[in-house]
Parts: sequence; C-alpha cells; structure tokens
Amino acid sequence: MTRRGDTVFKSLATSAAVLILVALAGVAIFLTLEGMPALKAEPDVLGGKGNIILYVWPLVYGTLLAAALAIIMAAPLSIGLALVISHYAPRKLAKPIGYLVDLLAAVPSVVYGLWGIEFLGPRLGRAYAWLAENLGFLPFFEGPASGSGRTILTASIVLAVMALPIITAICREIFSQTPTLHQEAALALGATRWEMIRLTVFPYSRSGMISAIMLGLGRALGETMAVAMVLSATGVVTINLISSVNPSTIAANIALGFPEASGIKVNVLIFSGLVLFVITFIVNFLGRLIAARGLVKEGR
Amino acid sequence: MAKSIDVSDLDIYYGDFKAVEGVSMTIKAKSVTAFIGPSGCGKSTFLRALNRMHEVIPGARVEGRVVVEGQDLYGDQVDPVEVRRQIGMVFQRPNPFPTMSIYENVIAGNRLNAKKMKKSETDDLVESSLKGANLWAEVKDRLDRPGMGLSGGQQQRLCIARAISVQPQVLLMDEPCSALDPISTSAIEDLIHELKTEYTIVIVTHNMQQAARVSDETGFFNLKATGEPGHLVEFNSTQKMFANPDNSDTEGYISGRFG
Ligand SMILES: Nc1ncnc2c1ncn2[C@@H]1O[C@H](COP(=O)(O)OP(=O)(O)O)[C@@H](O)[C@H]1O
Ligand SMILES: [Mg+2]
Repeated sequence: MTRRGDTVFKSLATSAAVLILVALAGVAIFLTLEGMPALKAEPDVLGGKGNIILYVWPLVYGTLLAAALAIIMAAPLSIGLALVISHYAPRKLAKPIGYLVDLLAAVPSVVYGLWGIEFLGPRLGRAYAWLAENLGFLPFFEGPASGSGRTILTASIVLAVMALPIITAICREIFSQTPTLHQEAALALGATRWEMIRLTVFPYSRSGMISAIMLGLGRALGETMAVAMVLSATGVVTINLISSVNPSTIAANIALGFPEASGIKVNVLIFSGLVLFVITFIVNFLGRLIAARGLVKEGR
Repeated sequence: MAKSIDVSDLDIYYGDFKAVEGVSMTIKAKSVTAFIGPSGCGKSTFLRALNRMHEVIPGARVEGRVVVEGQDLYGDQVDPVEVRRQIGMVFQRPNPFPTMSIYENVIAGNRLNAKKMKKSETDDLVESSLKGANLWAEVKDRLDRPGMGLSGGQQQRLCIARAISVQPQVLLMDEPCSALDPISTSAIEDLIHELKTEYTIVIVTHNMQQAARVSDETGFFNLKATGEPGHLVEFNSTQKMFANPDNSDTEGYISGRFG
C-alpha cells in the first residue's frame, strides 16, 4: 500500500520536475531561434541604432537601473517591516499589518500603473523640481525636472512598492523561525531587542533574506505593465533620475512595441526578451551562490 | 561580586494562568541553591522570574518582590536588560550562537556592552572565562572553530563561559545537565563547586542526587493538584532536606514515593 503510494508520488514528482525543465528549455530555444534574425536587423527597425547591441544596451541599462533603485528602496523597508511584524509589534497588531502587506501583493500591476501616473507622478514632479533646484549639482538630480513626474525614479518607486510584499512576506517567515533557544541566549546575556536581532535573527536568516531580495529583484526586473504606463521613455542612457528623458526597460519596451511590430521588428523584440531571460537567470544564479556561500560559512 | 536574593510572596502569571504562588525565600550569596520538584510545578518559571527572562513571553508577569542586595528587581526605574547583565542564565539545552566561533561566543556578551576592548584584553577574557568553565584545555587550539562543533557537554561549558565572561553577580541554571551524558554531567557539577566561590548559583534539577551533591540549600516545589499553581513546600539546608525534612511531602518526594 505505502509502497505503491511511494511509486505514484515519485513518478508524479519526477514528471513535474521534467516538465518544468522542458518548459524552460522550450522557452530558451524559442527565444534563441526567433531572436537570431535580429542580429542582421537594419537601423530602420532599430529606432535608428546601428545594430542590435546598440539597440538593446540602453534597455538593459534601464532595466537594471530601475530594478536596482527599486531594491535599494524596497529591501531595507521590507526587512524593517518584517521585523516589526515578527519581533516588535504586539501580536494583536502584527497579524493585521501582515495581512495588509500581503494584500499589496494581490493588487494587479495595471492598478499600480494608474496609481503611478495619476497620483504618485504629479506629486513627485513637484519634489523633483525642488531636487533639481537644490541638489542639482548631483548628477542624479541634474534636471530639468519632469513636471509630470513620469521618470525612472517614479517607476522605481512603483516597482519598490510592488517588490515590498514579496520580500516582507518571506523575511517575516524566516525571522519568526529563529530558534527561541538562541534568542533567549542573547537576551540572557543582557542584549536589548535590537542587539538580540543582530546577534541571532540576522545571522540565522541571512541566506533567506538574500533569497527574498532576489525574488523581489526578479519581480522588479520583469515587471511590464506598471513601468510601461508610468515611464516616459526615450531610450537614452543617463543617470539623471528626474528628467523627462529616461531609459526604457526591456519588458516595458516589448509591451509598448509589440502591437505595432511586424517582420524583423518582432525578432528584435524577441531578442531583447532573450537578453532579459538571461539577466534574470544570472541574477537568480548569483543569489543562490551568495546564499549558498553564507551557508558554508556558517558551517551548516 | 556575588549577591544574595530576597524573594517575598511572589506570584507568577502567564496571562490569566497563575503558574507559581506565594513563594518567599532568601538565596544566600556565594552558595549553591537547588530547586527540585515534579515537572510542571513552576521551577523554570520561578527561576526566570529571578532575572526577568519571563518577560520575553507575552502576557507573563509577576506580583510580589524580588530584592537583590537591597535593590528591587521590579522597581520602576529598573531596566530588565540591565538586570540580565547582572544575573546570567544557563539553559537546559546548550545554546551557543550557531554562526559564531568558540572565541566569539565567549565574548558575545562583552561585545554587547559596546566597550571597546583591545585584542589582548579580549584574548585574556576568553582565556580566563574558558578556564573558569573548565574548557580551556580542550579548546585552546581551536578557538576559531564553530561553537556548534563541540560535544554537548563542551557546548554547555561554553555557554557557562559565555555567561561568566560578563562577570554576573548571580548565575541561574535551568537543568543544565539534563541533555548531557554522565561524564559531562560530572564535569559540570565539579565546575559548579568551583564557581560558587565567586558567584551566587541557583540551579534547577530533576535529579535529586545532583541536588544533594552540588547544593548548600534546597527548595522543594510542588503542585497541590494539576491546574493549581506551583508553590514552595520547603526550603532548608540540603543536608537537612535529605536527612530529615520538616515536611512529609518533601520526604515522600525525596524517598521516591511520587513525582
Ligand atoms: N510560556 C508559557 N506559557 C504559558 N504557560 C506556561 C509557559 N511556560 C510554562 N507554563 C506553565 O507554567 C507551569 C510551570 O511550568 P515550568 O515552570 O516550566 O515548570 P517546571 O520547570 O517545574 O517543569 C506549567 O503548568 C506550564 O504549563
Ligand atoms: Mg523546567
């Protein structure tokens, strides 16, 4: 009886694993085959750029910049929020805060896009004007400030809000799994709550925190709709974060360009999709590597 | 500097549940005081109330007074973090910090106090603490190895070294040998004998021979019935407790008639 159950489950699990690998390989093969013709694309389908690399590079730059900015904002906030839920807030308050954050993950990205354009953008526009005037000597805030606020920084903020619930949910889980044994060891030595967290919760959760941030980063890299709506993109490479001239992201560029694309233009977009695929792959791989290195160091 | 502890009429609650009722006793400085009694009678709870560790549990609170050398432990101005720096604790299961080396484990408490110490000073502190815990000879060549790599008994002595490295006035131990083999247990018992020349030691044990071997005074806790709070039945010199206790329940427990 048990043995038959084992066999059934084993074949089920194996076929699921194989299926995932096949699907992944299928996507990779499709992207490669369909993307290759783009290598021979002419400047007229490349928005005037000389070759496909020159075309894709600003998009890669925009994708990485937006995602990096989003994570720089989202990661500390999420970790703080997760700590509040797991270690600071009284239990009665922690639960509703947790639900609220989870709810953020359920909001569709179109809604975030609308919120970015209609609410966040105009308000940030004023802040950007102030930044350009007072901190304009910094290259990030060089200006001229975008009045509508549809800048790469606004897009990053929207992305940060979208990545926040993912990172928070995972961090909260691992934080609350820190063994009581070790937390009590720290407290009994006369650690304050924050010292206890630094001494036990963070070391224990290190690799989990990195995985959580990587998942958030994955979301930020691949997010399409919200960025397509919020960002007013011109395909430049700049570190000026608040002007109306912004780099686009790969995902947003595909979404905006695909409806009108035909012929080799489609191959060009698919090629950029392949690049995004590779980027997310590398990011995940690096994340795992860092997490695994942490584990080895901790001698577990 | 060892200190004495005066407990008067202490009640301890977990939310609405009264776990310990009406305990009064005087714990002498530079001596070993043991608590025995059937499980669930509140020994751990009472021990944790002596350094305010119970406050970690939501809803746990005490009524009554605990006075350490003239200072009310539960006074308005008293910071529980400060209390725990003065009154150290060793737990039932050895709990060295898993990500830290032996060396780092020993000085973890001093790092918290945020005093900047020279390398030579911390080296000395690590050596003296490990010597104090009878562990130096076994680990002196591998101080940078993980504390978790030691045997259970060594880990427990590492935890004792960590606790005494901050020079507490009192050391509380909650069944420190219950997860250890007989040889490690005997090493820790020897250690307790040596430590009492400098520290006030309070130990919970389920092992009556151990209480008889290591302690100067013994308190016997019991439950009147299940669901009732635990209380202190008798508190006397260990010699008297094990020879001719005042209370017949104590005698029954010690001679193994129940519990
Ligand atoms: N964290 C807790 N929350 C609620 N009740 C607890 C908690 N810890 C212990 N108790 C209760 O308090 C009583 C005393 O427990 P404890 O002090 O652990 O006894 P002992 O150490 O003598 O075995 C028991 O009834 C136990 O169920
Ligand atoms: Mg106990």
